[in-house]
Amino acid sequence: MAELKPGARFQSTVCTTEVIVVKGAGEAELTCGGAAMVPAGTGEVAGEPAADAAEGTLLGKRYSDETDTIELLATKAGAGSMAVGGAALAVAQAKTLPASD
Amino acid sequence: MLLEMAANGLEDRVAVGSLDNGLTYRQLFEQAGEAAGRFRADPGSKVVLCDESSPAVPVALFGAAWAGMPYVPLNYRLPDDDLRSLAERSAPGVAIGDDSGAARLEGVDGLTSVRRSTFIADPSGESATPESGDWSMDAEEIAVLLFTSGTTGAPKSAVLRHKHLVSYILGSVEFMGAGEDEATIVSVPPYHVAGVSAMLSSVYAGRRIVQLPKFDPDLWIDTVEAEGVTHAMVVPTMLSRIVEALDARGGEPLLGVRALSYGGGKMPEPVIRRALDLFPITNFVNAYGLTETSSTIALLGPDDHRVAQYSDDDNERARLKSVGRPLPGVEVSIRDDEFNEVAAGVVGEIFVRGEQVSGEYLEKGSLLDNDGWFPTRDGGFIDDGGYLFVQGRNDDVIIRGGENMSPGEIEDVLLTDTRVKDAAAIGVPDAEWGEKVVAIVVTHSPCEAAELQELTRSRLRSSRVPAHIVFVDELPYNDTGKLLRRVLRESHAHLGDDRGD
Repeated sequence: MAELKPGARFQSTVCTTEVIVVKGAGEAELTCGGAAMVPAGTGEVAGEPAADAAEGTLLGKRYSDETDTIELLATKAGAGSMAVGGAALAVAQAKTLPASD
Repeated sequence: MLLEMAANGLEDRVAVGSLDNGLTYRQLFEQAGEAAGRFRADPGSKVVLCDESSPAVPVALFGAAWAGMPYVPLNYRLPDDDLRSLAERSAPGVAIGDDSGAARLEGVDGLTSVRRSTFIADPSGESATPESGDWSMDAEEIAVLLFTSGTTGAPKSAVLRHKHLVSYILGSVEFMGAGEDEATIVSVPPYHVAGVSAMLSSVYAGRRIVQLPKFDPDLWIDTVEAEGVTHAMVVPTMLSRIVEALDARGGEPLLGVRALSYGGGKMPEPVIRRALDLFPITNFVNAYGLTETSSTIALLGPDDHRVAQYSDDDNERARLKSVGRPLPGVEVSIRDDEFNEVAAGVVGEIFVRGEQVSGEYLEKGSLLDNDGWFPTRDGGFIDDGGYLFVQGRNDDVIIRGGENMSPGEIEDVLLTDTRVKDAAAIGVPDAEWGEKVVAIVVTHSPCEAAELQELTRSRLRSSRVPAHIVFVDELPYNDTGKLLRRVLRESHAHLGDDRGD
């Protein structure tokens, strides 16, 4: 289980993906490539992402869950794709930006 | 119209100020109505503001729009004579200001002075139920007159008609898109075009406005934390000072700010890179625009910033120096001296076209060409990904031995030395070359002029190596974040006669 707090960083154990939490509260089952993500810098990377979780994670993109309560910014790209509680995360839709706010 | 929608949709949410004692949308709407009544009753035809940020600003802005009169915020930091001359150009009308503002406008023909505190307490001007009347809905009418910086010559009045401002807001802001927990801090002055758009877009989005009348980096950081600010807009020099202040406090990241947008001048790359670390989950937006275009025409978005921060690819990293891609509905064209469009990567003048491009000055009429294109007089190029790079005002180009050089190119190289904090490259008169390059540099830690000259020699053509390097404590900027190159040229002109190091 991962403690999702804004600013916390996580890494995949089966690919090079790394993220920082933008939105999130409390514990969640956060995986990448089907394997649990661990706090950045604490895990070895070995093996391959599971076949059903290998869509890839893109550098600089933000990923969120369906309810938009969890948002993660990818600081390193990787071959695996992320999920929370088994439900795949998707690239967050860019809201109309307050351009000069 | 924008305020009426907000008042109907958001009623008791706080529009301006603190959660505990701020003005709600309904109150702002009512006060704007009262102000409109007073403005209509006055024989003048404009609403002038000569003051720092305060709740009087949104009331005056919306009240003026309601009454169908142009709103004219003046730069109160100008020397007295310059201020009076702008005030004279704006009369007749009502002028809202604090005591010092009113005193400085004393005797300007046709201007009725109103103290800010009186205006806030009673926008209606104590006339018995003045007629607010219907909200003037003429899109062609002038909404705002902004005097442009005047870094080259006397200020011109940029005309922003309602149709430009409304099209800009509708094109870039989601109505009531802001949650109740959102708040934006406005630390740019009211006479800066970004101050006007911040007011309009925040009200339309339903995001509470927290005003910071005088910028101080520590006060900014403390206010952001105390007021739960989630959105901010800064000019580059402010961000530089905020980054310094955060590092002085220990370099702890600020996690509460969700979006930080900047513009108004060139952002030094080391500052934005450090800011990306200190605000690690914030959405950064670089907005490029001119007063004449109702603000933003191109945007470097949050994803672009993070890709540039983390990528190993040089092209992607370099985009941190760009102003991003044009907004939907805006066209950008780079043209040579004969107005022909140039290829990707080639430097020329930036032209823009679109709904929000006013391009109009009261004194000169429209500067749009027959096809609606506006010449920005900024030099730049577009890369093959469609990202726009701005090299600076064409007037700042240094011409040495018949060769045109952009100061930005030389400044960027100087900034790659980590001891250099800020740098400006200017041309001074030279008998042999027409102009020669002088670099004025601010450093974090000591370095030798010869080292910096060697650095430029190794990266650029030898013609671009500064003949002189002058070390100073700081560079001159105006309040809207523009580097005052004219001031630098004047104060260093004396270097123009000798023969170099």
